[in-house]
Amino acid sequence: MEHSFTDDNFQNEVLKSDVPVLVDFWAPWCGPCRMMAPVIEELAGEIDGAKLKIGKCNVDENPGVAGQFNVMSIPTFLVFKGGKVVDTFVGGMAKQAMKDKLDKTIG
Amino acid sequence: METRDVIIIGSGPAGWTAAIYAARADLKPVLFEGPEPGGQLTTTTEVENFPGFPKGILGPELMANMREQAKRFETEIISDKVTAVDFSSSLLKVMVGDTVYESKTVIVSTGATARRLGLDSEKALYGKGVSACATCDGFFFKNKNVIIVGGGDSAMEEANFLTRFAAKVYLVHRRDAFRASKVMQERTFANPKIEVIWNTAVEDILGTEVGHVTGVKLKDTVSGVVREMAIDGVFAAIGHEPNTALFKGILDLDEKGYIKTVPGSTRTNVPGVFAAGDVQDAKYRQAISAAGTGCMAALEAEKFLAESAG
Repeated sequence: MEHSFTDDNFQNEVLKSDVPVLVDFWAPWCGPCRMMAPVIEELAGEIDGAKLKIGKCNVDENPGVAGQFNVMSIPTFLVFKGGKVVDTFVGGMAKQAMKDKLDKTIG
Repeated sequence: METRDVIIIGSGPAGWTAAIYAARADLKPVLFEGPEPGGQLTTTTEVENFPGFPKGILGPELMANMREQAKRFETEIISDKVTAVDFSSSLLKVMVGDTVYESKTVIVSTGATARRLGLDSEKALYGKGVSACATCDGFFFKNKNVIIVGGGDSAMEEANFLTRFAAKVYLVHRRDAFRASKVMQERTFANPKIEVIWNTAVEDILGTEVGHVTGVKLKDTVSGVVREMAIDGVFAAIGHEPNTALFKGILDLDEKGYIKTVPGSTRTNVPGVFAAGDVQDAKYRQAISAAGTGCMAALEAEKFLAESAG
């Protein structure tokens, strides 16, 4: 399942999450973000939610979180573990490449 | 192993058009989307010169439409990046890691990628003030100062776009004249938020120690004088490089690295391998010309298959 993260729920849904979380920072006007949308959606369907939570954060509507984590380019993908950023990927990529990176992170 | 009729590498206008034609010819094409799904048009905004869209269409939307159309005719889409090819036998091989795909024909439409400045600091600060996509990232530079490097149409276009957000856009160019079209130059000179810095090159991007761009080191290309300038963002529009690393030593490339095709066709030096779009076109580099050569490649692949079937 794909989650939606906002300035309001970020603390509880991401930073205090028991499982690692992948956050896709995106905006509707960003082409590469839109191309990545189906990739993230598919990964959210394929990866066990008990191992990795996957969701999106619209930077236009949630400037607080984007600012807090210094997101200055989209798409940016941050992986959180225990409230800390453990991995950062910037830019579009193929689904398998994203999967491989995530496999390494979640083990 | 299943032998395919057509494998298409790349998902820009050339790749999708080839897929649509090949699929409608019942060749059951397989298309590898690659590292930048949708290609260069995904980093643009409005496309105003693609026929059939009198009001213009957003680049990403145009690409999503092409994908949809190729899918409708049952193109097999693989969201992965080809890591190697072997064209040494008539059974052409395309590899993704350890997985090998075999095909009778291959259409190469891997496109071109925006050239970077090539600085270590640029790499280190990518996504932290250094951006490869003005339309994606302009938003993060509201009321900030940015520089854009370049002197062609895309540099002018991006400079003008960035003024929607930035307080000031410095357009840095290494010579004393632009090669951009007259209309784009006029638009640039008329924009009060853009300041042109002539005869200047970016020597280094500053800020690696704090983790975001704080400034640039500029060098006057005439006097050689080096100075530092505080800046929040760095964009570059300094041309493109064809994505042909996979094909070095396998396909004939020209001195700039573009795939050579037989004039008037999309044939490469390897029978059964065709090239379409920007990867073989340093001259026109348009979505519509890429789509045109994608169509040609599919028709030529179809003919090749018919002839080799005897």
